[in-house]
Amino acid sequence: MSIPFTLNGKPAAYEGSATDRLVDILRKDFKCPGVKVGCNEGECGACSIIMDGVLINACMVAAGRAYDTEIITIEGFRETEKFAVLDRCFAETGAVQCGFCTPGMILAAECILTKNPNPNEAEIRDGLSGNMCRCTGYNAIVHAVALAAKEGKGLW
Amino acid sequence: MAEISGSVVKVDHGPKVRGEARFVADYPMEGILYGKTLRSDRARAKIQAINVPELPMGYVVADARDVPGKNGVLIIGDDTPVFAAETVEFVGDPIAMVAGPDEAEVERILREIEVEYEDLEPVLDMRKSEKVFYEYGYEKGEVDKAFAEADKVYEEILQTGHQEHGYLETQGITVVPLAGGKVKVHGSIQCPYYVRKALVLALGIEPGDIQVIQDVTGGGFGGKEDYPSMIGARVAVTALKAGKPVRVVYDRREDMATTSKRHPTYSVYKAAVKDGKVTAMDIDLLYNAGAYTTISMVVLQRGTICSNGVYNIPHMRAHGRSVKTNSVPNGAFRGFGAPQVFFAVEMFMAHIAKDLGVDPVAFKEAHFVKKGDKTSTNGIFHHGVPLPQMNEKLLTASDYWAKREAYASQPKGRYQRGIGMSYSFHGGGFTGTGERDIIKAVAALQKYPDGKVEILTSGTEMGQGLFTTFAKIVAKELDCPIDQIIVKLPDTDRVPDSGPTVASRSIMVVGELLRRAAAKIKAEWKDGEAQRVEERFQQPEWQIPFNYDTFQGDAYPTFSWGAHCVEIEVDTYTGEQKVIGAWACYDVGTPIDTTVVIGQMEGGFLQGIGYAHMEQMNYDKKGRIRSNSYSDYTMPTAADVPKMEMHLCVEEYPEGPFGAKGAGELPLVGVPGAYVNALEQAIDKDFCHIPVTMEDTLTHWREGGQA
Ligand code: FES
Ligand code: FES
Repeated sequence: MSIPFTLNGKPAAYEGSATDRLVDILRKDFKCPGVKVGCNEGECGACSIIMDGVLINACMVAAGRAYDTEIITIEGFRETEKFAVLDRCFAETGAVQCGFCTPGMILAAECILTKNPNPNEAEIRDGLSGNMCRCTGYNAIVHAVALAAKEGKGLW
Repeated sequence: MAEISGSVVKVDHGPKVRGEARFVADYPMEGILYGKTLRSDRARAKIQAINVPELPMGYVVADARDVPGKNGVLIIGDDTPVFAAETVEFVGDPIAMVAGPDEAEVERILREIEVEYEDLEPVLDMRKSEKVFYEYGYEKGEVDKAFAEADKVYEEILQTGHQEHGYLETQGITVVPLAGGKVKVHGSIQCPYYVRKALVLALGIEPGDIQVIQDVTGGGFGGKEDYPSMIGARVAVTALKAGKPVRVVYDRREDMATTSKRHPTYSVYKAAVKDGKVTAMDIDLLYNAGAYTTISMVVLQRGTICSNGVYNIPHMRAHGRSVKTNSVPNGAFRGFGAPQVFFAVEMFMAHIAKDLGVDPVAFKEAHFVKKGDKTSTNGIFHHGVPLPQMNEKLLTASDYWAKREAYASQPKGRYQRGIGMSYSFHGGGFTGTGERDIIKAVAALQKYPDGKVEILTSGTEMGQGLFTTFAKIVAKELDCPIDQIIVKLPDTDRVPDSGPTVASRSIMVVGELLRRAAAKIKAEWKDGEAQRVEERFQQPEWQIPFNYDTFQGDAYPTFSWGAHCVEIEVDTYTGEQKVIGAWACYDVGTPIDTTVVIGQMEGGFLQGIGYAHMEQMNYDKKGRIRSNSYSDYTMPTAADVPKMEMHLCVEEYPEGPFGAKGAGELPLVGVPGAYVNALEQAIDKDFCHIPVTMEDTLTHWREGGQA
């Protein structure tokens, strides 16, 4: 059976089992190692991807769920103008330490801003609360998202 | 602030933010076997037999009999077996490793291996342990006399629990066997030379036959200090047996249940008080080492030395023991034995103050050490102690006095608030003369004909910003742009041993070697030529030699300082504790990049908040860790501390690069004292243990405590 979907703007199809985990096939078969595995149990957000506009944990869904969806991983998102703004803001506030949570955090930030281009601090914290970071204490990430909202006015 | 303190974009920012940085699990598996570890499910037992099913072609099982060298992982001692041979000593003790090309098949074989055990009675309670791994003690002044002359004597038992590092990237290592019995190791590694040293013993080959390279590493916090030596040895033995590269990447539950943690402690503190001041302390510390010694020796040393906190106690006696239990071996974790005693002494001081009817902040301040005072081990605080200024800054920033007073008389309602403060220090570098006698750091700079300069040290980047701060130090001294400096992940074939990336030593010790090397290269600079300069560690002449038998002398050349204030609100209906404000002030000398330092302070501080009240890990009666996932072991999220404000105070260290001193561990060390003191005020109950969980607050009320 073939599972067709759009990956980072390009048509893709998975020819394996529908019960395989999406995170595994993205990392192995579709060469998206920016999708990280921190827990494999839906608790850390390191495997965050955007599926049809919604932030999801790729470790918690079966490949079959990808059927006919549009998936964005960091590999695709990093080519966008919005990423360029987030990249600059994350650099500015020092929001990247070990970098393991970062791809997930960037995609979480994108989803926060898409939903609400002018989030307040509490809304940002709430939007990031599914993504764990053990290094930063979160302040720098929260500030980066707030800064991106300002600097990227009109983009979201 | 110094010019160097201005912030730059981190040198490793780009690949990390773009998701291009390659962690060990990200390298393709083509030609590499999956390795999985067979572990003991008993806390203590004799191994009678290991029955391995018939293996399909291409699969191997390695156990103790396959270890070509000594079956011991050299850490400080070598009592940690590569694979358990006769006995297992904790649930999770590795017995064998299965490797093969298909992951699911490897797991099937693992499930089908039968281990026959003869059960032995495990020791899980550290207080019942009869096996003392290490014991230290020292005394200064006239302790007994001070107790005899006291107006009042206090005694309290203080306890701390496990803490899990929780780095987002689990442990992982790849070992590639090379021609001629050589091996190449790469992975998530904090101390590449430690791994090499361990493989020399376990494989029985020469250091030059082992190449260890750090991959991009997703957090360490001490958890990847000794552990990669163990995985490294196990994977290497398996890879040599298979004759193929093998990779092991732990899953989260395996990592949480079987890798090192912060030592739980049980401490008895006694104090003599005369005329409103503490004149003497008598301290007895017990650290739960777990099943093997790993690095408990040095953890205990630091804890014992720091047990009086930031207070000048003229007469004191400290005695510490680190004992064996049949539980996961505990190791290094940011703070290294100190957070346990700082919690204890901070609570003890606060409780004495309460009994004397004075505010804990005023009481503690009256005991702050000053420059020139003697340390606990009759060393000297050689440099300025900015605690009073730091304290002042926080009292103002947090509005402590007004809040403390208001909360003392708050009407009883559903939500109760409290505010508390705590203080800490952290001595940078190895304890005593360790830098001079054990580490003997060497750092080098290689200048290329095109004018680029490469930093050659064994310092690892795990998120703490080391590559950026190293590059800044060298660029500053050479007076060149930072992009002229090259820093790569360390490879033992290319870099000298500048020591492990631990003990808040990298900037203070190795950074200074790099600064000196840069100054030298600048002075000898020849355009268009390759040049190399090496620098070696020298102990400052004024440092009073530390005697490890008597515990006398300068345990650390200098100290970094911390002050913390936490304000919390407790929901008396649910027991939920919420941080509503958090402030800290740290002195790490000159910050080599303010953004990097603030990032370290914020990250460490939040780990301290987790340690104080969220992060709980226990064993059941059979010695099994049940809280082995992120859902059972809760760590702070972005929503847990809505307001966290960091301040810096600069007391330059003349021997550090541009005045910098140790930073990495400091921010975690003292946090729980402030948190718990705030909680105590909020619900009017004293606590002597961490973590203090929601369950603790509920128990208090259930037992009749007033909300
Ligand atoms: S790896 Fe998917 S949530 Fe942690
Ligand atoms: S930067 Fe390390 S986990 Fe977030």
